[in-house]
Amino acid sequence: MILVYVETTADGADEVSLETITFARSLSAAGGGVPVDAMVVGPAPDSVADQLAAHGVRTVYRADGADFERFSGAATARAVLAAREAAGAVVVTAGGTNRGNEVLARVASQVEVPMAANVVAFEGLSPFVVVRQVVGGAALEHLRLGHRPAIFTVAGHAVEPAAAETPGQGSVAPLEVALDPADLAVRVVSVEKQDDSGADSLKSARVVVGAGRGAGGPDGFDGVTELAKLLGGSLGVSRVVTSLGWRPHHEQVGQTGSRISPEVYIPCGISGAIQHWAGCSSSKVILAINTDPEAPMMTKATYAVVGDMHEVVPAINEEIHRRRAGG
Amino acid sequence: MAGPTNVLVCVKRVPDVSGEVMLTEDGQQVDARHVGFTLSDHESCAVELAVQVAQAGGGEVTVVSVGAAESVEQIRSALGVGCSAAVLVEADPACLGPADVALEIAEVVRDHEGRGTSYDLVLLGNDAADSGDFQVPVRLAHELGRPVVTGIKTATVTDGLARLRADGPDGTETYEVPLPAVVSVMEGGVEPRYPTISGRMTAKKVEVETRAPSREPVGSGRLKLTLPPPTRSTAQVLGEGPGAAPAVVDLLEQLGVAR
Repeated sequence: MILVYVETTADGADEVSLETITFARSLSAAGGGVPVDAMVVGPAPDSVADQLAAHGVRTVYRADGADFERFSGAATARAVLAAREAAGAVVVTAGGTNRGNEVLARVASQVEVPMAANVVAFEGLSPFVVVRQVVGGAALEHLRLGHRPAIFTVAGHAVEPAAAETPGQGSVAPLEVALDPADLAVRVVSVEKQDDSGADSLKSARVVVGAGRGAGGPDGFDGVTELAKLLGGSLGVSRVVTSLGWRPHHEQVGQTGSRISPEVYIPCGISGAIQHWAGCSSSKVILAINTDPEAPMMTKATYAVVGDMHEVVPAINEEIHRRRAGG
Repeated sequence: MAGPTNVLVCVKRVPDVSGEVMLTEDGQQVDARHVGFTLSDHESCAVELAVQVAQAGGGEVTVVSVGAAESVEQIRSALGVGCSAAVLVEADPACLGPADVALEIAEVVRDHEGRGTSYDLVLLGNDAADSGDFQVPVRLAHELGRPVVTGIKTATVTDGLARLRADGPDGTETYEVPLPAVVSVMEGGVEPRYPTISGRMTAKKVEVETRAPSREPVGSGRLKLTLPPPTRSTAQVLGEGPGAAPAVVDLLEQLGVAR
């Protein structure tokens, strides 16, 4: 039995959780078709059960109510442990998000077994060997996870989320979770919503125009901002740009910023340090613009233009305007 | 609980990798011979927050590292920016797993407490830049029986209550945690300060308490490291300079994003 801790938004299961379920199904297939169950904690739309069924989930365990209204890592871990017991799970997994890593680390501490974060593949079942991202994705660690339950999180964008060929039952099983008062001592007391121009729209953008050190200063973003607007996309920046205070942190793409997977990513004046690559490597097409043809971003990109972003980007903007005006 | 807020901040010596990664011949470690070592960004911010919280609360910061003897280099850099005491649990980093590190830090906390120094707040980086285990803070808190909050950006302490802010899935989250507590720090909320000359001088004089591990490590389960296969073939060059604009827009139209 494989249990997936599923994170949800107002729309249902989040993307990384669906990727994790897809990963869990491939593990299930390798293990002779053991069922995949899910644990949903806190407020979630009723439709989440059908959504998870379409992804092959057998049982959707639910822990809801006042105690789970606001996030508490300890209470969520308690709920996942309860579901693990109910499902008899020998594998417990979640998306490699901040929440997923925290909750499973708590579960692993309590059950006193190891946890592997940011797994991208498995190599064998006995012994169970997983491959996980280390050094921000620049290297892979092959790790033996000998204990049961095997606990790991799945790195974002490691697999494409896909519906199951054979849907699961998706039957909802409410769980009564016995909480200790200490489990609720530490939880979110308030949330300030970010505005729409923040990291959320960056993560879901079809087109992201990126800018790095090559922007040259806080005034160097006009061209890329215009290009992003022309393409209906978002602006993303490298860490050096936020460190220098040129742009706000919520625009940062990278290991410690947003991880993006747009149809097209256009990094301008970004050399492509590992830190940044970790956040953009899942882009379908990368079109890099840089003065240095040997920069890692230029060699890893799908397409490259050698040149100064301050000359190339305005020329692209002008060309788009010209074609739109000319029909 | 009022009075001074004493902080323990945990740091790790990690390879200073920003370009291509090389592995040692046996495939067990990142080869850092040509890149050197550093503190990770999360931990630099944890040190900065530790110093801010301690200064505001009239307390002191102790820095601890679990790892090779050379970790003294990273300990000194933390001492140079305001930490005033230091502990090194000297152990072969290749033998340590995340559970081992958490247990050794817990041992330092308990031992110091027995000797009259208690830590109201234990700060760590959210995850190590090399091993990326995402669990030492949680395991440490579990071992100490203290509450833990992960991935926070800023922290203030008033009257024994820590107010912490983190980026959550729906926006900026605020947590309020009674001390003592364990907190992991995510880069980006504070700007690490540079060491002053007098800070560097003071750092040299602090005696680092060096300890042996309290138990045999269980290890991480690592079999080997490999490098990921290149994800793409060499880029197709569309042109040079502004003259490449028509080719770029052709491509964007072809990809259906130029509208």
